[in-house]
This record gives sequence, structure tokens and C-alpha cells, in this order.
Amino acid sequence: MAKSSNAQRMHLDVPLLLGLGLLSGAGLVVLYSAGGQDTALLMRQGFRLLVAFGIMVVFAQIAPRHFFHWTPWLYAGGIGLLLAVLLVGDIGKGAQRWLRLGSFNFQPSEMLKVLVPMMVAYFLAERPLPPSTGRIITAAVLIIVPTLLIAQQPDLGTALLIASSGGFVLFLSGMRWWLISAVVVAVASCAPLVWFYMHEYQRLRVLTFLDPGKDPLGSGYHIIQSKIAIGSGGLHGKGWLNGTQSQLDFLPERSTDFVFAVFGEEFGLLGIACLLAAYLFVVTRGLYLAMNTQDVFGKLLGGSLVLTFFVYAFINIGMVSGLLPVVGLPLPLISYGGTSLVTVMASFGILMSLHSHRRLLSH
Amino acid sequence: MSLTLKDLARESALLRSRFVIAVALAFLLAGMLMIRLVQLQVVDHEHFQTLSRSNRVKIVPVAPIRGLIFDRNGVVLAQNRPYHSLELIPEAVSDLGATLAALKTIVAIAASDEQRFYARLKSKRRFESVPLRLQLSEEEVARFAVNRHRFPGVDVQARLAREYPLGALGVHVIGYVARISERELQQVDAVNYRGTDHIGKVGVEQAYEAALHGRVGHQHVEINAQGRTLRILSRAAPVPGKNLYLTLEASLQAAAERALGSESGAVVAIDPQTGDVLAMASMPGFNPNLFVNGIDAETYNALRNSPHRPLFNRTLHGQYPPGSTVKPFLALAALADEYEAGRKEIWCPGWYRLKGRAHLYRDWKKGGHGSVDLERAIVESCDVYFYELALNLGIDHMHRFMLGFGFGVPTGIDLPGEAPGLMPSPRWKRANRNEVWFPGETLITGIGQGFTLATPLQLASAVASLSARGRRARPRVVDRVTDTINGTVNTVPPMFLPSVPVTDPRQWHRVIRAMVNVVHGARGTARRSGLGITYRMGGKTGTAQVFGVAQNEEYDEEKIDKKLRDHGLFIAFAPADEPKIAVAVVVENGGSGSSAAAPVARKIIDHYLNHRPYQHPPEGLVVSGDEPAARAEERAANAAVRRDSPSAPAVEARMRRPGDG
Repeated sequence: MAKSSNAQRMHLDVPLLLGLGLLSGAGLVVLYSAGGQDTALLMRQGFRLLVAFGIMVVFAQIAPRHFFHWTPWLYAGGIGLLLAVLLVGDIGKGAQRWLRLGSFNFQPSEMLKVLVPMMVAYFLAERPLPPSTGRIITAAVLIIVPTLLIAQQPDLGTALLIASSGGFVLFLSGMRWWLISAVVVAVASCAPLVWFYMHEYQRLRVLTFLDPGKDPLGSGYHIIQSKIAIGSGGLHGKGWLNGTQSQLDFLPERSTDFVFAVFGEEFGLLGIACLLAAYLFVVTRGLYLAMNTQDVFGKLLGGSLVLTFFVYAFINIGMVSGLLPVVGLPLPLISYGGTSLVTVMASFGILMSLHSHRRLLSH
Repeated sequence: MSLTLKDLARESALLRSRFVIAVALAFLLAGMLMIRLVQLQVVDHEHFQTLSRSNRVKIVPVAPIRGLIFDRNGVVLAQNRPYHSLELIPEAVSDLGATLAALKTIVAIAASDEQRFYARLKSKRRFESVPLRLQLSEEEVARFAVNRHRFPGVDVQARLAREYPLGALGVHVIGYVARISERELQQVDAVNYRGTDHIGKVGVEQAYEAALHGRVGHQHVEINAQGRTLRILSRAAPVPGKNLYLTLEASLQAAAERALGSESGAVVAIDPQTGDVLAMASMPGFNPNLFVNGIDAETYNALRNSPHRPLFNRTLHGQYPPGSTVKPFLALAALADEYEAGRKEIWCPGWYRLKGRAHLYRDWKKGGHGSVDLERAIVESCDVYFYELALNLGIDHMHRFMLGFGFGVPTGIDLPGEAPGLMPSPRWKRANRNEVWFPGETLITGIGQGFTLATPLQLASAVASLSARGRRARPRVVDRVTDTINGTVNTVPPMFLPSVPVTDPRQWHRVIRAMVNVVHGARGTARRSGLGITYRMGGKTGTAQVFGVAQNEEYDEEKIDKKLRDHGLFIAFAPADEPKIAVAVVVENGGSGSSAAAPVARKIIDHYLNHRPYQHPPEGLVVSGDEPAARAEERAANAAVRRDSPSAPAVEARMRRPGDG
């Protein structure tokens, strides 16, 4: 224990790093096939991965007390940016999510994925746990405000993720079981109300989930084709680059949201089992690190970030395999794209910082 | 905060138990996924494998046909021209190099075509068709057809390309389409753009993208195991885009561009009654057809780096000091405010000095104008008169009144990215520069210099409102939208903005009479442009300084680099009593408004009032008055028209519709 390795001095956790590397590597392999063997696409994604890992390393160097002290300000700033998006944001695909900063677009709701659990952890760590009912209500307000602002954009997928990331902090903090069940019941009974407030295209998505035969060019077609892809893969899969569903262009969005179907078709159930094992390894290791951080703030924040990562993957796989309605979330670390990648790696950077700085903190 | 050791231990145990539950929950959810996947991949595997094997029916998007753009009389401004391209499916070609070499003996393939082909090849899937040569001639198509059996995987495809038959004419208003970029694809409904590879980039093509594009269709096609289409099973037809009729009049647009000739500048002509933009020219222009199928880097850089900035739409984005063209508006402000200037005469010695200051504010006329009243101040453009008028009105009042004419705010035209111009105020200066307002700045605001900026569109809109006695129609470029399927015509009604709050008709009359005398009066600054005129026209000259002249120096046009010469401005409307057209002209570095800009406005208004091709045939070119000079000038301008547009007679010939004979 006395000698510190390079990785420890860099505040990195080797097993977690290996798990993340394994997932991203698998991502590149399946993207090469899904993207029609386009090397330019592969290079772009490789570059994004490098940038995202770089960001993780940078975040791992920041001492947790800095995160802690800045939390309320960052949270307030994040809320301000969300308001700015609603007022002056760019409208893309009929939704306002983007803020233009110079030449690149920027999506404030991504930041909130980290800032909401941070703020709730900051607030709950002030007092001994478990939190009182009054404090839980205040924490709920801290979660609901950004959730509603993002749902307004409208971006229901991200809004749900953010709500659950805050909810995980509450869960980890020891919120009483009867309260948890009460909230679950309340949310379930609100479902018809949610339907009432949903946008037309969102209702359409729920309807196509129930009856995929509608909407042949849209998400219904997606689900039909993706189920055929996964199912026809069987136990062993059709082999890399040999998936007919994906190679013959039947499967839409196969590089982005539906990349898991390509994986399932070409690598079969065995491949999927390995992939899920890799995700579970990252989650277990992540939760272990979070559990062993120095203070309550670190435990709550770290635990919530890891659980959110898992839910992200769960929702995507559930949606692609027809278990959940299509909500348009990528598969973390595998799907083509950079925005969510950066957030995911930044949160793992924070986790490594929370865990590795504990010795430095104690004196 | 007091925490006992017992509390800490309890808290720690609580957290630990919750983490254990969290891990268990993750495994539970992963287990659920596994069950689902076992169901799909093991239990139902046979079923899905059958579906996959028989998955021979593919849904292919069918791109809608883009709507056409016409001028107000039905002259085609943008259309879709069918063309043939030579395309190649990589996986079906065994030896790419040999095939290309053999193809070259039949069809001309330039090195640049080959380069572009290899670039496209990289981003396409192996069974997707990649274009090798666009725009095949009829002869080449025939030659390939004969040899087709030698080239498996190579075929001629019929496609539609956007075409702008009049070339550079009105390019900044019409805009152009070009290949859709990845970022643009994120901004639109991806499903609707499946199959579309062009999108409107600027002008009307961009502003009315949603209407022009239409709705994607799809067809079910049967394919073989290699992904090749065997036959079409069913088809849901796409909804073609809507056709647009602009308010623009192509012949007037051509006249405006001809009138500017080789100068850099802008013209906007508006119908004051409706706000219809009749002509909107920014010169020099460029040929939009260059952009449709990808412009080569060399041409693009030449356009982008040209000092004359052909890509820049001066009418919307060019912000110029309006100079003396603000004077009629300020005169109206003074009259409406019942400021005594309306009655009083002042002595103009050729300079003005603020009380207790040494700085001289000069008049453009060195010896001064002598005794001047409001009308004469407009007719002769006396600066000293307006220095005093501005000082008496005060900057806040001027600011408020000019805002009422649309200075400093976007006009709200239906084109993207309009610049707002600037009508300064002490509050603006405090907020943007954190400085106090100086009285001297009030003076120069009174002659349209200093911070004041306006776009040519704003000037045209303002003079249109003035000519219509305060009724303000919002400028617009699209007149009606027609649905090609059911033939319905949606006319866009004119929109009106709050009128200018001057209700006394005598006040309007005084200012308009003065503006008429700018052109028709013996001392008017634009009297030379009024020679031989057959109708009554009101106008006002303006000159915008590009650089400052020191106190004791003189501006001498001859000695100054063309780049630093003043901008010439002119605003006008006609006929004065019942205005049908209002025009703003800016000639960059053209010198004074009277010599550079006023003749341009005269030609445009002459064209509109005397010589409209759909009322009189274009052959009957009757320009009254000072014929020889004007004709020669026009011919010279014709000869100098932009390099990249069809020659002027060709434009006129194409614009004649069949019915007009």
C-alpha cells in the first residue's frame, strides 16, 4: 500500500479503466461493421474517445473539495443555462436543446446529468442520514425544477435520466422504504396526466411501442427490424461483418441508437452476455469505489453517477430489444456520437477523483 | 453540527446496505434483459431467422420534388432540371481501375470527377450507388447504352438538379440549394429528409425550406441477397414541395442590377402600399448554379476572398451610415413636435459651433447656404440647419421618432438573418460602450453620421412608409404559395406595422414637397437626375463617410483611394402623390449620393413606371427626355454587367412568357 503506482498518482483506477476501455473497444469493433466499414467514421469516433478519456483524466485530477465548494454555483449556473436555452436556444428537430457558443453547439442538459446528483448530494450531506421528510421534499424540488425545464425543450429521455440520477442520491441516502413506495405509486398514478401533456410525436412513440405495425418509416419500423436482427442472431451470432439485417441496410440508425441490434445479430447471445458482463463489471467496480470514498457527499454522488450510467445502458438495450418504448438514448460508450460520451467519461473522472483523493484529504 | 460516533456508525451502515441493494438491483435489471434476449435469440430464434431470411422487402424513401420559385408574373427563377449521371455500385464491380479506364474511352471523365468519386466512395456503403460523372450529354448516354453489357454494376441514372435559369439574377433573394451538411441534418426531421441530399442554404430557398421541400414518400421494393433491387412492390407517393411566387419582378430586378453596373452596392425597391419587395439587388452577385452540385475550392475561395464580396448580401446585412437621407424623417419629427424649426429660418455660414466649444461642425457646402428654411434645408441638404434641429429635438426624441420608421430594428422581412441597423441613444451608448453621450454626437446624428447605421432594406422600407404618409407595410418577398397537388393558392396578405404617429396631412405634405424639389427644383441636390422626367418623383441624397476628414483638411475625391471614397446614397419614391414604388440605393465608394446613387434610382423607377414588360412589350423601350446620354450610359452598363450572368438580352428573352408573344 505504501508505494504508489503511476496510476494512483494519476488518481486513476486501473480495473475501472480496463472495463471502460473494454467497452469502448467493443464499440469500435461493432461500429466498423455497423458503419459499412467506413474507416473515416471509425477515426472520428476514435478521436472522440481519446478526447473523452482525456476529459476523464482531467476531472480525476480535481480534488473533491473543489467539486463540493462549487456545487451550488455550478447548479445555479446550469439552471440559468437551461433557461437561456428555452429563451434563445437553437431549434433542432423541433426541440430547443442547443446553445450556440462561438462555432460549436452546446447542450446544457448534458451538464445537468452531473450537476443534479451533485447538488442533491451536497444538500443531503449537510445533515446526518437518513434525511428527514422535509429535507427530502427540498431535494425533490432541486430535482424537479431542472427536470421540468428539460422536459419543456422537449427532451423526455434526458429529463427522465436526470430525474432518476437525483432519485438515486435519495435512494442511497437511506430514504425510507414506505416513502419510496409512496413516490412510485404517485408517479404511476400520474401516468395519464403525463400522457395529456405529451407532445404528439411522443404519444406516437408510445403507440408504436404498443403496435409497431404503424409508422413504417419511423420508430415502428426500427423496432420490427431491430427485433429481427437480434432474434436472427441466435446463440452464436452471424459473425462479424456478416449481419444481413445491418449490412443489407434493413436496420436504421445502426451506428447510433440501434447499434446494440448489430451487436446482437453478429455476436449472438454469447456476445451479448459478455457485453452485459462488462457493463456489470464497470457498475460493480464503480459502486465499490463510490462506497469507499471518504465522505458522504462522495458516496452519494459517486453511487448516483454509476447507477445513472447503468440505467442509461439498460434503457437503450431495453428499447432496442422491444422491452421499453423508443426514447432515443444512445448506448453509452458504444454508440456513435460525442455528446453523451463526454458526459459519461466526465462522471467517471469525478468518481475516480472522489475515490483516489481520500488519503490526501485525511490530513 | 454535532455528530456522535454512534450516528456515524449508523449512517455508514445505512449507506452500505443501500449500496448492496443497488448492486443487487443492477444485477436484477441485467437479468431481466438477459431473459428478454434469451426469448428473442433462443426461444424465438427460428421465427426471427425465417423473417430475416425472407427479409427481401425493403422500404426505400422517395424524395419529394422541390417546389419551384417564380417571380410575381410567373417568370421561373428556380426549377428542377432532369439530368443523367453515370453511377457505379462498388461491390458489383470486380476491378475498379480497369472499369474506370474502359469507361473513359466512352464517356469523358475528368481528373476532378475521379477525385470526387473516390472521396464519395469512402463514405458510401458497398452496395450503394456512387455517382462518377454528373450531367451526361445525350450523346454520352447513347454511347454508354450501347456498351452497357460490358459494365456490370455501372448504370445511368436519371436525376433532378436544381437550376437557376436566370443565373446571378436576384441571387441574394432567391438563394440557392447545396448538399445538406451533417449539422443541418440535425436541425431537420431526419425521416423527412431521408432521400433528400440538398437543402436551401440562403435567401428564399432557406427561409421557405419547409414549404419548398415537401414530404418524403416511400416504396416497398424486393431485393435479392446482395441487396440489389428486383422490383417495386408498392409505393406511397411523396408530397411535392409547394411553389412560391415572389413579390419580385424579374425585369425590374434585371434593370436594378444593370443600373448598378460594375459598382458594388445595393438597391431595394418596395411597393409602398403593400410592402412587396419589387427588386432587391446586391452587387456584385454570383452564379448560384455553381453551388448546387458542389463548388470547387478554387472558385469558392475566389468568391469568398474577393474584395468586392459577391457572397455578401448588402441589402440585408450591409449596414451603412444613412447620411443625409435621414433629414426628411427628422424634419417630420420636428414638424410633428411643433418645434419652431417648422416656421423659422436660420443662417447657415457653412459651419456650426456648440456654445462654449471650439470644434467646428462643418457643412458640406463650404461657403454655407445662407438663409435656410425647412424645405430649403432638405432640398439643398443643409447640414447646419439639421445640426440645430437635432440639438433642439434632443437625442432621445430623435431616437424614439426614428424607431417609429423602423430605424434600428429589423424590418421583419421573411428572409433569414436581417441586420438590425443602429439608431443610437444615450442608453445604448451607456450599455454598449459604457460612456456618456456627448452633445456633439446629437449633432452628427442629425445628419445621419456618427453611430447611426441602416441597411438598404431599412432605408427602402422607411422611405416607403414616408411616401405612404406613415402607413407602414412590412416588407415581404413571397406573395403567394401554391399547392401543386390540389392547385390551391395561398396568398400571403400584406402585414401592417403601427403607423408613424404623425396625423396632420400638412406636415407630410411639406416634407414630401421638399423631397419632390430635391429632384425637380432648380436647387435640388438630385436635379441632374430629374432631367426629362415624365412623372413627379420625391427623393433625398445622402453621402456616408468611410473615413473621417481632419478639421483643417478637405475631402478631395480625386486624391483618395477608391476604397476610402464616400458611399453614395439615394432614397426616392414616385409618383409623388400616389406612390407606386419606393427605392433605396447605396453605391459603395461611389462618391456623393447625387452623382452615384440618384441616377441608379432614376433608371429603376423609369423602368417600373414607363416600361414594364407585361404592360408594354420590352421592345418598346421608350425613355423620355435626355435620350442620347441615358441610352449610351445604359448600353455601357449593359456591356459591363456581371461576368457570370447571361447577357442582358438573353435574360429579357427568357423572361418573356409564351403568352406575351
